[in-house]
Amino acid sequence: MAPPATAVQRRPKMTPRRRRRLARALQYALIAAVLLALALAADWGRIAESFLQLDIAADMFPDVWTAFGNTIVYTLLAFAFGMVAGIPIALMRVSEFGPYRWFATAYVEVFRGLPALLVLFLVGFGVPQAFPGLQYPGGVYGQVAIGLGLTSSAYIAESVRAGIQAVPRGQVEAARSLGMSHTRTMVTVVLPQALRIVVPPLTNELVMLTKDSSLVFVLGVTTATMELSKFARNELTSTANATPLLVGGLLYLLLTVPLSALARRLEHREDRR
Amino acid sequence: MSDPVVSIRGLRKRFGDNEVLRGIDLDVAQGEVVCLIGPSGSGKSTLLRCVNLLETPTEGTIEAAGHDLTGPDADLDLARRDIGMVFQHFNLFSHMTILDNLVVPQRQVCRLPKAEAVAEARRLLAQVGIEGKERAKPAQLSGGQQQRVAIARALAVKPRLMLFDEPTSALDPELVGDVLAVMKGLAAEGMTMLVVTHEMGFAREVADRVLFLDGGVIVESGPPADVLTAPRTERAREFLHRVLHPAD
Repeated sequence: MAPPATAVQRRPKMTPRRRRRLARALQYALIAAVLLALALAADWGRIAESFLQLDIAADMFPDVWTAFGNTIVYTLLAFAFGMVAGIPIALMRVSEFGPYRWFATAYVEVFRGLPALLVLFLVGFGVPQAFPGLQYPGGVYGQVAIGLGLTSSAYIAESVRAGIQAVPRGQVEAARSLGMSHTRTMVTVVLPQALRIVVPPLTNELVMLTKDSSLVFVLGVTTATMELSKFARNELTSTANATPLLVGGLLYLLLTVPLSALARRLEHREDRR
Repeated sequence: MSDPVVSIRGLRKRFGDNEVLRGIDLDVAQGEVVCLIGPSGSGKSTLLRCVNLLETPTEGTIEAAGHDLTGPDADLDLARRDIGMVFQHFNLFSHMTILDNLVVPQRQVCRLPKAEAVAEARRLLAQVGIEGKERAKPAQLSGGQQQRVAIARALAVKPRLMLFDEPTSALDPELVGDVLAVMKGLAAEGMTMLVVTHEMGFAREVADRVLFLDGGVIVESGPPADVLTAPRTERAREFLHRVLHPAD
């Protein structure tokens, strides 16, 4: 029911700006209250003891750098495999030849649909069992490149396909009208533009891969081939303290945050063009 | 008279249920400039795009620049070298510099050595009045400049026939003149040209023949003085009146 007109008039007048300011102040107050409650309720000594043992953190160095380096190497290897496999799959996805399209679609559906962990198991244990005597080049590095790269290639293929389809049709028509063949047009005109378009999604893929490299431990790694998560978990076990997880986490962010920032910047650059 | 550069017989083109071209016969002689005019949807752009087989004809035969395009042994890539095309939206390769837009096709299509391709590119850019922009990207040029580069690029692979698909329709009015001037120069050099255009002044001045298309057929064909000033059909009269006096 509508309030009586007199009630409306009696209410103190509030401009939209004042109302907005009040609402904002209330939200700040609420957040401050929640933070205060958390700060009071938390057992800070206990938390610091679990996560902030500086001597445990210091003990992780310099060995953690090996694991950090391995994380980067695994990520780059998987990304390289993903690009090398993903770009041809993308080209097959947009092919006029049916069987290529069907194969590429099946490939993408399979490797996008399967958990990365399962693919890694398949590459690390399933395939060697089915093909005894098979040696992956580079040992565990080869296994990782293929095991993580297969999943990644499916995502990369889809990104690149979207990029190819985003290249204006007129670019293809111009190239063909000059007498360039279909393949030449793809290589010289379409792909360079498509890859430029998909730099931001590909950078995101690199961030995802950095994190997925933590799955590599299932292959059974040594001290020399260990990556960051496994290293941190080992330290967690041996010290019975969570500080290594914090250190490991910070090192991941050291990789992923700049990459995300880069992706954002590249996206903006694309906007301006 | 020598063999025609373009020879089209019984050309029909259907997109689904929509028959855009309903039986086109057309010969274009060496050195002739033919302008195609007509209302939008009349099929003039489709006709042009059939001449280099960017659109595949549903029916009929097309011979152009000495190639039997609809024959069983047609080598389209080879044929298209001889048939240059200029588009409404320029379609310069946006990731390449202006110079590379002209150099890369020569290198890849004509297999020219780099130095030769670069020299030819510079000559052509000078011919269309684009200088000092070699390292620029297409997006840094005005529409009129881009279109002149596009003409130079089409010429770079040495075509015998040039197709223009509304080359000035996407340009700001003050930039149209430069592009038309380049086209006039080309016509004066004896290039065989098929031009889809709404520039009646250009058609009147440069065309040897004007074709009026409507509903997928050539309704009128003749010298510009006849077709543009004394059209025989009611449809052409109406169209020309609307184009020349849009405010009425």
